[in-house]
Amino acid sequence: MEMEAAKLIGAGLAAIGAGMAAIGVGNVFGSFLESALRNPGAADGQQGRLFIGFAAAELLGLLAFVVAMILIFVA
Amino acid sequence: MAAEQAKVDPMYQFTIQALGGSDNWELAGYNIAFTNSAMWMLITTVVLFLFVLGGMKRELVPGRWQMMVETFTGFIDNMLEANIGKAGRKYVPYVFSLFMFILFANLLGLLPLGIAGIHPFTFTSHFTVTGVLAIISFSIVLIVGFWRHGLHFFSLFVPHGTPLPMVPVIAPIEFISFMVRPFSLGLRLFVAMMAGHVLLEVLSSFVIDGTNAGAGFGLLVGLPSFILMIGICALELLVAGIQAYVFALLTSLYINDAENLH
Repeated sequence: MEMEAAKLIGAGLAAIGAGMAAIGVGNVFGSFLESALRNPGAADGQQGRLFIGFAAAELLGLLAFVVAMILIFVA
Repeated sequence: MAAEQAKVDPMYQFTIQALGGSDNWELAGYNIAFTNSAMWMLITTVVLFLFVLGGMKRELVPGRWQMMVETFTGFIDNMLEANIGKAGRKYVPYVFSLFMFILFANLLGLLPLGIAGIHPFTFTSHFTVTGVLAIISFSIVLIVGFWRHGLHFFSLFVPHGTPLPMVPVIAPIEFISFMVRPFSLGLRLFVAMMAGHVLLEVLSSFVIDGTNAGAGFGLLVGLPSFILMIGICALELLVAGIQAYVFALLTSLYINDAENLH
């Protein structure tokens, strides 16, 4: 396979990581809402943890984007 | 390269250009050209300064502007109080400046001033800028940690109640996760901003190329892309706020580790 083609395929495959991160972020907010509706009184106190979980899940998706960018522009 | 064949180059918006013939300014052999990045940092600082100055009247009954500024300071104050405790109060100036600087930078970079011929430059989409911000936060953690706890700060790498046989395994993992913090902190902000701007640019290239290809393509491709772009713009405003918040939140969590160990 040509080098250029392999790079682009790799960059495309990296997009799977973005989709996986979408599942993760959805899971974070989904679980939060589910339990927040059960006990709305405790929900506000957990907002910081919600965003920590969001940040952790999102970072791994963004790494997939970095991989794609490195494959297209750097490698 | 394949990316250069597109008519609208989505990466062009991130190029750093020297402004006003300052290309060759040098200091001790290093180029110190006044770039568009520096220009927008200056604009952000000035706008932030004016914003806070407007709320400094210290009226007993706050007006709208003062209310706005005090909401932000109160927000950061609460966040630090909740995460660090009483000792967190002294970090309010730093975390407030950090949060507002990043927030204003993200928002100013999204302004649709391109219509008027001024192209906003989002300097938070460069790792050099976010990396330096992250390193400042990380050095504060290190300085505070060693200042308050001395060499006892290394107990951060061995969480409470770790069984003795597990220490050789846990400690390296904790050490790596500690050292990775500045990278993940800077990387998150930079990639989130960059990805959003690339996405907007790609969608705009759909609109432009679609409309250029004829009215049929314009309606079929251009119009839906344009509507999607408006939605993504709203999402980007949200991301701009969330990323600034996450940066400030994680900074306060890391400072909490340094203040209280764990």
